[in-house]
Amino acid sequence: MEGNIYQIIWFVLWAVLWTGYFVLDGFDLGAGSAFYLLGKKEEEKKAIYQALGPFWDGNEVWLITAGGATFAAFPKTYAVMFSSLYSALLLLLFSLILRGVSIEYRNKYDKPLWKTLWDLGFFLGSILPPFLLGVAFANIFQGIPIDEKGIYHGSLFTLLNPFGILGGLLFVFCFAAHGCNWIAFKTNGELSEKAATLSKKFTAVTLILAGLFFFGAYLSTNLWQNYFNCPLLLVFPVLSLAGFLMIFPFLIKKNFLGAFLASAVGISGFSAWGFAGLFPNMLPSSLNPAWNLTIYNSSSSLLTLQIMTVVALIFVPIVLAYTFWAYKTFSFKISSKEN
Amino acid sequence: MDVLWLSRLQFAAAAIFHFLFVPLTLGLSFLTAIYQTLWLKTGDEDFKRAARFWGKIFLINFGLGVVTGITLEFQFGTNWRYYSEYVGDVFGPLLAIEATLAFFLESTFIAVWWFGWERLNPKVTTTAIWLTAIASTISALWILLANGWMQNPVGFEIRNGRAELTDFWALLTNPFGWSQFLHVIPASFTLGGFFVLGVCGYHLLKKRELSFFKKSFRIAAIWTLVWALLLVVLGHHHGAIVAKTQPTKLAAMEAIWETKKSADFALLLIPDEENEKNVVEAFKIPGMVSLLAYHNFNAEVKGLKEWPKEERPPVALNFWSFRLMVGLGFLFLFLGLWACIRRNSPENYPLLLRLLIINIPLPYIACQLGWIVAEVGRQPWIVYGLMKTKDAVSPLSVSQVAISFPAFIIVYGILGFVCFWLIIKTAIKGPEKEAAKTLGY
Repeated sequence: MEGNIYQIIWFVLWAVLWTGYFVLDGFDLGAGSAFYLLGKKEEEKKAIYQALGPFWDGNEVWLITAGGATFAAFPKTYAVMFSSLYSALLLLLFSLILRGVSIEYRNKYDKPLWKTLWDLGFFLGSILPPFLLGVAFANIFQGIPIDEKGIYHGSLFTLLNPFGILGGLLFVFCFAAHGCNWIAFKTNGELSEKAATLSKKFTAVTLILAGLFFFGAYLSTNLWQNYFNCPLLLVFPVLSLAGFLMIFPFLIKKNFLGAFLASAVGISGFSAWGFAGLFPNMLPSSLNPAWNLTIYNSSSSLLTLQIMTVVALIFVPIVLAYTFWAYKTFSFKISSKEN
Repeated sequence: MDVLWLSRLQFAAAAIFHFLFVPLTLGLSFLTAIYQTLWLKTGDEDFKRAARFWGKIFLINFGLGVVTGITLEFQFGTNWRYYSEYVGDVFGPLLAIEATLAFFLESTFIAVWWFGWERLNPKVTTTAIWLTAIASTISALWILLANGWMQNPVGFEIRNGRAELTDFWALLTNPFGWSQFLHVIPASFTLGGFFVLGVCGYHLLKKRELSFFKKSFRIAAIWTLVWALLLVVLGHHHGAIVAKTQPTKLAAMEAIWETKKSADFALLLIPDEENEKNVVEAFKIPGMVSLLAYHNFNAEVKGLKEWPKEERPPVALNFWSFRLMVGLGFLFLFLGLWACIRRNSPENYPLLLRLLIINIPLPYIACQLGWIVAEVGRQPWIVYGLMKTKDAVSPLSVSQVAISFPAFIIVYGILGFVCFWLIIKTAIKGPEKEAAKTLGY
């Protein structure tokens, strides 16, 4: 199969969908990861749920769409990636199921034990996905042991190598900072202040882990190769670090929306850095570079890509428009005192 | 057990579990929208409370529907790798388009409806619940076009060692997918209607909130009769499409072993799969199977023996599932008619109310039976006539699936139990005195 422009378009869209997922679900997963540190009193806990209630479900659709787009545009990557990462993916799904149910059911029955159990489900279901996603993408960046037939020669524990674990921790901390920024913005009073203080700590850890990850990527991946070839791309990692750094001044000035947007830029920049470094690979083989799955050897036919492009051109702007409207509609502050 | 069997069981469990929630989502979203619209038009507070009460149950149910749906999409890749690789070019876009067109709409506007209740203009929240309902139906259409393609593959060519899309229009107009859609929608709407009627029945029997539940009952009774009627008519239409496109499924559904013209329909029939015959065949209606399947008394119906054993679907499971489903369908028509006749004073007919309560689980069972016929009846093919299920499974180790399958059963079992418990509790508690002063969380 020879290359065509639609393969590149769909690689970019694929990266955009994942980035959108990290940025959007990132804050509600992150807020859930910091749940026990943020919410001590019942009113605070309730306020956290209220701050995420209208958004988490729509945010998770980005994951479904990223999965669906992988299937539609790069079926071979979808097939090999999902079957190779079998255990990690199912663990991710179970976590998300537990979490969704926890958010939905927690406040529909008024008994302390009921709430305590769903709170635990919410926390576990929020902290596991970023860790698993971080581990998965760190491994995708450095390549996984797949042979020429795309058969995976490893196990769940193959993925838990130092670079993979570093990726997992990085995702947990940057999502947690992002989530705290959201809570700082969406609530007021003590809870908002507590979230801002926590965000500073998480951001500091994020910066250290991101630095280590960038360096680790130099040692154990080929991601930087594209940056040596095209230094212009360096704007992505610079943007990422600048975004994370800008969280501090915004928090100090108590501009929490600014801090939230800064963490969104930090995550987007990081994600863009990873995907731009991966290009044109989608799932490198750690056994032999000739067995890498690339946009050229794993994509759908030209017709399918063209149809999908038309669908995306029509519907993505519509989706973005009403998503933005919904965020604006629900951007009011939630008080942790009332109720 | 091997990876193939474990994967099949796991997918079946995930699909069955997902479809415990889907039909109520489809049906109850529209009924909630109708109640809310009636409130907007008439100003009747009971309809406002109805929208909030049925909508809350809808929401509890919706949550599990969403999260179990993600699993299904991902399982094509995790457990059916060679299927995904071989047909992804044709099948993948249908899933991706479903997510883009329907899921964003559904999840955004259900949140606008529930959380905007106190803050937004009622016209906006009414629009939001209609959009949610419409989005869930759009989602059903795309997923059934996807499933319809597995049943009756169209619009592709085998190129580069895989199925490649050649005709997108054929994919969109696949008669099998559309007739499945036209069967699933009335089935789901009937289930939603009977759910409301059953819950109303419970409260009316106890003489609680009479005015409220009488109003809910009246609307649901008309709704249910209309859809139960369409269910039977369009279900028959779907059967005819199956006869045309999937002769092995038809033969298994009707337990027909020998090819014959003017095939009889036996009211009482017990198939004997091992000996390839029927032990009992009594009360025959001459030529009825031919008439139902091909609209012609003399039409030839192919028997199972036309195909080698390894190309036939399991007979007894398909036969019994189909029979029971059809029987239930007629029961729904009868109950729907009765409820509709008594729609203005249902509280005076305790027998009807009791039957409606007992009936609540039956549409759920009928839906599952229908899916068993659709999916088990397609075997041994994963894509009818194109790819066998055994060639589609991922190269996983037995231990991976031997751990994940029981994990599915345990997690889904617990969550399903909690969900239904919460639905029953909310339904029994009845509507709030005032339509929801507090936010949802």
